Amino acid sequence: MTTRTADRAFRLTTQAAAGVVLVVVLAIGAFLVNRAVPALRADTANFLTETSWFPDQAKPVFGIAALAFGTLVSSMLALLLAVPVAVGTALFVAHYAPRRLARLLGFLVDLLAAVPSVVYGLWGLYFLKTHVNDVAGWLDRHFGSVLTPLHSSTGTYGGSLFLAGIVLAIMILPIISAIVREVFLQVPRANIEAALALGATRWEAMRLAVLPYGRPGIVSASMLGLGRALGETIAVALLLSTSYDISWHITQPGGATFAANIALKFNEAGGTGRGALIASGLVLFVITLLVNGVARAVVRRPTL
Amino acid sequence: MRRRKLTNRVMGVLIAVTFVLALLPLFSVLWLTVKNGSKRFDAEFLTHSMKGIGATDAAGGAYHAIVGTLEQVGLATLMAVPLALLTAVYLVEYGGISRFAKIVSYVVDVMTGVPSIVAGLFVFAFWILALHQPFSGFAGALALTILMVPIVVRGCEEMLRLVPSELREASYALGIPRWKTILRIVLPTALPGLVTAIMLGVARITGETAPLLLTVFGADAINNDPFHGPQSGLPLFVFDQAARPNQVAVDRAWAGALTLILIVMALNVVARLAVRRRAAH
Repeated sequence: MTTRTADRAFRLTTQAAAGVVLVVVLAIGAFLVNRAVPALRADTANFLTETSWFPDQAKPVFGIAALAFGTLVSSMLALLLAVPVAVGTALFVAHYAPRRLARLLGFLVDLLAAVPSVVYGLWGLYFLKTHVNDVAGWLDRHFGSVLTPLHSSTGTYGGSLFLAGIVLAIMILPIISAIVREVFLQVPRANIEAALALGATRWEAMRLAVLPYGRPGIVSASMLGLGRALGETIAVALLLSTSYDISWHITQPGGATFAANIALKFNEAGGTGRGALIASGLVLFVITLLVNGVARAVVRRPTL
Repeated sequence: MRRRKLTNRVMGVLIAVTFVLALLPLFSVLWLTVKNGSKRFDAEFLTHSMKGIGATDAAGGAYHAIVGTLEQVGLATLMAVPLALLTAVYLVEYGGISRFAKIVSYVVDVMTGVPSIVAGLFVFAFWILALHQPFSGFAGALALTILMVPIVVRGCEEMLRLVPSELREASYALGIPRWKTILRIVLPTALPGLVTAIMLGVARITGETAPLLLTVFGADAINNDPFHGPQSGLPLFVFDQAARPNQVAVDRAWAGALTLILIVMALNVVARLAVRRRAAH
C-alpha cells in the first residue's frame, strides 16, 4: 500500500513539472497580451500598417510595418544563403567525408552554433562589415541597374539588411545543417548501394536516393532556421543602422527588425513605449510559434 | 558518360566547397576573438569593474559582469534542472502515449524556438511590471530558466530513452517499485548523459544577451547580490562596450567576448567529448 502511495506521489510530481512547462507557455502569451493591450489602445495610428515608432509622444504613433518588413527580408535572405550551404555541408559530412573524420567534422559545424550571438555581432561589426560593404559595392556596380534591391541610392553600404542577412545566415547554418545531417544519416545504406550498383555516379546516388529521402527534413530544418533568424536580436541590433522605413534597397544602411528594435528601444522607452515594445514582441512570439509549430509537425528535431 | 562523370566531379567539388565555406566563419570568429581579445585579457580586466572608468580610459574590466553571469546562470541552472529533469522523467517513464504527454512534448519542442528576447519580455511583463519586482540578476535568471528548460528536457529525454528497458524489467521482477527503479536504476545509468545535456543547456544560456537586457538591466559597478538591483553580465558587457565609439571600449568588448567564448567552448567541448567517449564503448 505504501509502495503504491509512493509511486503515485512520484508520478504526480513528475507530471506536475510537465504541467508547469505548459503553464509557462500559456503565461507568456497571457502576460504579453495583458501589457500590450493598453499601449495598442493608446496608439493613434494603425498598428499593422504604420512604419514609424513614436510611442511615447503625447499622441502615440507606432506600428510594425517597417519592423515586419526588415525582419522578413533579413530572415529570407539568411535562409536563401544558408540552406544550400547547409545542405551541402550535411551531404559532405554524412556521405562524402571519410567515415572516421565525419564525427569530428560534424562536431566542428556544431561548434559554430555554440558561438554566442553577441560575439557574432561584434565580429560582424568590426570585421565582416567592411568586407560585405566591398561585396555590396561590387554587386551594385555590376547588377544594381538591373536588380534595384542591390542598388544603394545613397552610395553607402554600411549597416544594411544585406549585412544582417549574411550574419544571420552564418548563425542559422549550423542549426539547419545539424538536422539535415541527421536525416541524411538515416537514409538506408541499401538505397545508396542499390543506386551505385546500377551504375549511378556518387552524385547521382545522392540525387536519387539521399536528397528525395531527406526533403521533408530539409524543409523542416529550414523552417526552424527561419524561426531562429526571425527572433535573433543582439547581432542584428549591433549591425543595423536603424531606420523605420520600407526600402527595397537592401544594400544601403537602414532597416529595423522586431527583436533588435525591442533591444535598442527598451532603455529609453516610457510606459506606452514599453507596452508598444511588448505588443511588437507578441507579434514576433506568434509568428515564431507558427513557424516552429509547422516545422515540428513535419519532423522532430534531434537535440544539438 | 563523360558528361555524367564531369557532373559528378563538379558536384563533389561544390559540396566540399560548401563545407569549407561553412567553417570559415568559425575559424575567423575564433581567430579574431583571440587576437583582438588578448589585448585587454589581463589581470586588471578579470579583477576590476567599470565603476568610475571614463569614456576614453583604457582601464577597467569585466569582473562585475563575470560575477553577474556566474550568479545568473547558476540560479537559472538551479531552477531549470529539477523542472526539466522531472519533465523528462514524466515523458519517458510515465507519459507513454497519453494525450497530455503528447501535448507537453510538442510544447517543449515549440519552446526551443521561442526567441530569447520574448523570454526577456515575458519576465519583464510578469515579474517587473505585474509583480512590481526590481530589475535584478534573479529576474535575468528567470528568463534564462525559460530558455534552458526545453533544451535540457529534450537532451535528458533522449538520454533516458537510451537506458535499456531490460534494466527496468529486471528491477520490477525483483519487486522494486517503479519510483525506486527510476531513482536507483534509470537515473544513475543515464547520469553521464544527463550531465552532458545539462552542460549543453548551461553553455547555451551563458551566451544569451537579449533577455538580460530587459531583466538585469546592466550596471558598471559590482553588485554581488543577485536579488536586489541591476547587475551586469558578460554578454551584456560585450554588447554595451561594442556599441561605444572608442577603441578602448571595443578592446574591452573583444576581451569580454574572449572570456565568454572560453567558457562556452569549454562547456561544449567537454560535454560533447563525454558523449562521444561513451558512444564508442
